[in-house]
Amino acid sequence: MATVTFREERCKGCELCISVCPEKIIVLAEHYNAMGFHPATVVEMDKCKACAICARMCPDVVIEVVKEEKQD
Amino acid sequence: MAKVIFKRPDSLTDKQFHYCPGCTHGIIHRLVAEVIDEMGLQDDTVGVCPVGCSVFAYDYFNVDMFQASHGRAPAVATGIKRCLPERTVFTYQGDGDLASIGTAEIVHAAARSEKITTIFVNNAVYGMTGGQMAPTTLPGQKTTTSPRGREKELNGLPVRVSEMLATLDGAVYVARVSVHDPKHIVQAKKAIRKAFEIQKAGLGFALVEVLSTCPTNWGLSPKESIKWLAENMIPYYPLGVFKEPAEVK
Repeated sequence: MATVTFREERCKGCELCISVCPEKIIVLAEHYNAMGFHPATVVEMDKCKACAICARMCPDVVIEVVKEEKQD
Repeated sequence: MAKVIFKRPDSLTDKQFHYCPGCTHGIIHRLVAEVIDEMGLQDDTVGVCPVGCSVFAYDYFNVDMFQASHGRAPAVATGIKRCLPERTVFTYQGDGDLASIGTAEIVHAAARSEKITTIFVNNAVYGMTGGQMAPTTLPGQKTTTSPRGREKELNGLPVRVSEMLATLDGAVYVARVSVHDPKHIVQAKKAIRKAFEIQKAGLGFALVEVLSTCPTNWGLSPKESIKWLAENMIPYYPLGVFKEPAEVK
């Protein structure tokens, strides 16, 4: 189980994360942030594989990826 | 147990970048900061910022920073490195800064084989001043000062800085990388790390040229800019390592 967090207030809606996500689960939100951009967000978090490719492509370093490891 | 797969590197401050949406300066900043973190150099690194879009890089890197006059970053870095030889000194310069007004400084810093690392960001245009033609602007590329596209007869052809500097004996490591997709971002980070390792080994001058986008001044969306870089810049500015010392191969 992975969690991708976007620092919404810093996202400039450039869509580069959307273009590289292999699972195609990132979209731009309907609402605006304080800068007037539609921030990126993940719709189906359960499909996320925690590859962090979105975070590596993000020019504003707004994405953090955390993976919940299985308990033995 | 939650494992952090990706987070902001410690060598970046928490300040928000002022760059335009989709500008790849932010990716390059992050790669440099990650290399500094991974090599444990945060406490002994001094960076020198240029004039240009990345003029405020001193606000973003969480290391000691200097801000040099236009094009003079290699000269300032030379002074810092010679006074404090145990420090890791890097310059972060754009193409308007390094390839135009700062040509003399970079050529002679490389010729003297100063033990500094230069990150050279090439986006084929002057960004901050409003999208004028740079020495690196591609033939036919439209800018505010070449509205009909760069003409060979009038403006000559773009300067390939990496190839030019690689002819100097003093430049021990010269590589050109790109940040237009995740695969190339990984390769770019490896090249930046190598350039820092060469400085730590005291081998001489190292430069990494990073091809970057400028959606605003290219008049394209961030996604289109990535495509434009891959289709137009890479054929003219081929990626690769032009020079590498045997010690680090």
